[in-house]
Formats: sequence, structure tokens, C-alpha cells
Amino acid sequence: MRELYEQLKRLFPLGEYTEQRRDLAFVTVPKDHLRPLLIHLRDRERFSHLVLLTAVDWLEEGHFQLTYLMNDRAGKRDLGLRVLIPRDGAAMEGIHDLWPTAATYQRELREMFGIDFPGSPRVNEEFILEGWTGMPPYRRDFDTKKFSEENFNHRPGRATTDPATHMKEKLYPDEA
Amino acid sequence: MALYEPDRSQYPVKKPDGTLDIDLSSGKYLKLWQGPQHPGITGNMSLELTVCGDEVVDCQTHVGYLHRGFEKLMERRTYIQCFPIVCRICVPEPDFNEYCYAAAVEELSGIKSPHRADWIRTLILEMGRINSYMMYLGGHAGSLGMGVIGQWTTYVRDLMLDRFEELTGARIYHMFILPGGVRDGLPDGFEKRMEETLREIESTMKDVYEAMFCNAVFKKRAIGLGYIDPALIDPYGVTGPTARAAGVAKDVRKDFPYLVYPELDFEPVMGKDSDAFTRADVRRRDVLLSIDLIRQILAKMPHDGPLMAKIPNVLHWKVPRGETYIRAECSRGEYGYYLVADGSGYPRRVNVRGPSYTHAVALLERLIINVNIADVAGLMVSLHTYPPEIER
Repeated sequence: MRELYEQLKRLFPLGEYTEQRRDLAFVTVPKDHLRPLLIHLRDRERFSHLVLLTAVDWLEEGHFQLTYLMNDRAGKRDLGLRVLIPRDGAAMEGIHDLWPTAATYQRELREMFGIDFPGSPRVNEEFILEGWTGMPPYRRDFDTKKFSEENFNHRPGRATTDPATHMKEKLYPDEA
Repeated sequence: MALYEPDRSQYPVKKPDGTLDIDLSSGKYLKLWQGPQHPGITGNMSLELTVCGDEVVDCQTHVGYLHRGFEKLMERRTYIQCFPIVCRICVPEPDFNEYCYAAAVEELSGIKSPHRADWIRTLILEMGRINSYMMYLGGHAGSLGMGVIGQWTTYVRDLMLDRFEELTGARIYHMFILPGGVRDGLPDGFEKRMEETLREIESTMKDVYEAMFCNAVFKKRAIGLGYIDPALIDPYGVTGPTARAAGVAKDVRKDFPYLVYPELDFEPVMGKDSDAFTRADVRRRDVLLSIDLIRQILAKMPHDGPLMAKIPNVLHWKVPRGETYIRAECSRGEYGYYLVADGSGYPRRVNVRGPSYTHAVALLERLIINVNIADVAGLMVSLHTYPPEIER
């Protein structure tokens, strides 16, 4: 994988490289170079299968990480491309014309993270949530506890023991 | 002689921007909702069909009837607390979720599960695969008008659930594969009872072959239905039996061997016609392959050795910062977990890549065009889609 990274580095300004396994590596790519890199990987390096497209919210650092995971079946290797985009006004160029199936991922990211993909089919339609007007729920600053307290009635449950104390007594009695 | 020649003049014209020119007030077209409450739909999903006569001219899929926000819930739970959640993402095959999640946590924590545990994990995954195929065969036969096949396959699936019960203590959600290994070894006499179950399944599969695959009605309706061009396999992210039925040898067990698959002797089951019939046949032969693999596993697996590696105190388990992707071949295709850890005791992000995500939305919307309304159910089941995987 290191060899592929060195090759790609000559063509594209790549960022941080992390080799997770012998057959899996992640590399950071500037936003504007993602598309040419994807086309290069697909047409020249046999990375023809888009495994997934998802986002990670790094709230503390103020950006979203988009992960495009590409798979080369013949070469038995995976390459994850990380694109960092600012959280404010998050938008990214779509890749639904390269992989039609990416449109589904982009719709989900638009709804769950609020990342816009202008021009992607049906991207502004409701995908999973219905009538949702608040903050996109998969963002880190969305408070799930507050949401459920506001929207659902409290129902008293059965008597329980605190799991931490209970397990410590039962499973790890020797630990301080 | 052409059996049926549709009148193409009444079909919608494609406008330059790629959208269809459908004027509902013209009386030519009708909106028809199939689902979410419909026997011809797999799980909780609905298809908004635009039909012209008996044929579908446009389709939009709608999901979201079973969204549980599991990926978000997992960000608020410790690594071990996520276990009761992951198996519920996919009811027919919970074990693949357990394995992928456990393997991802192990990899990021630098833990290696014991060899004997890997054998038992492989055994469980193959048992789960048979279970899922049994549900599928009944569903596919039912969608094309044969109710009795589902009763036979449900019976043998129940026998396999008995084996699961004696091995793991549970029938559907096993929570048997944990990070570090598995909870227990095989009970006494398990091999003998498993062999009896496998023989019963083989005998049922023979009946299913004769009643379903040699049936003229099934052949007439399934042959040629939902043809997937092999050129669409990669652009649409098609994996598993659906890809293998198109002659593309995609099988994670061979391509990216995990657990003890390198020590087992098998070849991926292949087809070439890429229609609903071939896909059903590939899955039928995959059941026979799984039976063979279970026999190999029981004959070759070690009977002593540790079952769990040493793991940290689960209450204070912090996983170092990093990201990984673990995949496994489930009965529908490539199942994977993308796990991002930030060094705390909670996952930063868990993303589940279910095969239905690509099969049931983009691919289905394309294949369904020009299909007769009566065959929509057969087409959808032939992709073996499972909507809760889409919305998690």
C-alpha cells in the first residue's frame, strides 16, 4: 500500500497516510483533488468498487471527515480517502455520476449530517426522517437525551442496580 | 413469433434533463404504492410505482419506517454496551454484525482472538447463513405464488435455531461473539445433532429443488426477470450472490479471507444468466456449500484451547484513536463495519455497510422499469434486500 501511496503522491497533493492493515490504508485528500483522484483510482488502479461513503463529525476540531472507501478486488486491497470539510456551510461535490449508488449515501449525509451535495438526485427530499426541521441528528452536538426527554413521556422503570457498582462487585472484586 | 409486444408509443418520453415526461392527468399513468404494508415487500419499505397499463414506468423507493438510529445510539454507549445493539441491525443474520463489530474493536485495540474461537465464529456465521437463506427461499417462492415452500424452509430453519439455542442459549439474537473470542465451546453431542439437522436440510433442499426450481410456473416467471448486466456490478456496488449470479466471482470469503476460511476447501458458487432464477439457484447451491463447510469445520476444528483472549476491564475499555473497516460475506453480499475510535471509552462513529443499501435503492429503481406489476415482488425478493439495513 505504501508503494501505491508514493505513486499517487507524485500526481496529487496528498496529506496524512495511515496504514491500518497490510491491505487497508487511509489517506487524507484535499477537497478539490478528490474527484480526479477517484477517477484515477477507478480507471488506472482498478479501485472500481465504492464500498461506502460516510461522514465523521470531529466537533472539537471544527470539521467533518468524509470517508470514501474504495476497493480493488483483484489486487485485494482497500483505500480509504479522507476529505476534511468545515462544519459551517458543509458542502461537497457529488460523485453520483461516477457511481450511481453514491446518490443514496449523499442523500443520507444531507439529512443526517446536513452536508450538501448540490446536484445529487433527490438530495433535498426526505430519506429516512419525516418532517424533521431541527438540527441534523447525527451531528455530535445533537443531544439525544434532551431530544427524547422533550418528545417522549417518562415511564418509571423497574428497580435496577447501577451497572458499574454491580459488575465491579460480581466480576472484578479484586480491582480497586 | 413475439409473444408479447408492448405498445412503446404510450411510454413516457425522456426529457433532455433525464427526467420522464409523466402527465398523471392524461389518464395514461397511475400511481401505485406497493408497501409499506404489503406481502410483496421485503421488510418495511415502500415503492412508489408509476404504472402504464400493467408495466412499471417509474419507481421511487421510500425507506424510514424502521429507523432506530443505532449508529447514533452507539456513540453514547461504551464499547461493550453496543453489543445488544449491533445484532439488532439485521434480524435474519445478527451474527455478521457481532463478528464485524467485535473484529473491528479487536483490531483497533490490538487484541487477537484465539484460534479455537475463530473456528467457532466461522461455524456460527455459516449456520446464520443457512438460516437467512431458508427465510429467503420461502419468501421468493411465496412472492411467485408457491406458499408451501416457505412452510418447509421455516421448519428446517427452526431446527437450525434449535442448534443455535443449545450452542449460544438464544434463538435469534445470540450475542455469542464478543471482542476477544466467543462465550463458550460446543456442548456435548453437538456434532451428532448438527449432522442430523444438516441431513434434514439436505433432504428439504432436494424437495425444494423439485417443487420450486423444476416448476414450470416458477421458471416462466423467474427466468429473464430482473436481468443485471455484469457491467453494472461495480457502478451499483452489487456484491454477494447477486453479483455471482452475473458471473462476477465476488465472495469476501475468497477475496479477503477472514477467520478460518483459508483452511477450508471451497469454491464460490457461480451463475451466469443474472436473472431472478439464476440468483435463486446460486443461493440454493450456496446452502449446500454452507452445509459442506459446517461439516468441514466440525471435522477440522480443535477441541481444546482458550476461547477468550485477555481483554481489558470492559467498564474502562478505551480504544486508541484510529479507524478501520472489517467486512464479511453475509447471505446478501458484503457486510462491513467502519469503526472510528477517538481514544475515549465510546466509539466516535460506527457506520454499517449493509448490502441492501445498494441493492434495494439505486439498483432496484433501475431494474424495476418495464417490469409487470405482478413481478415486482418477485424481483425485489430476488435481490434479497432487507430494509432495516438501509436505515439502521
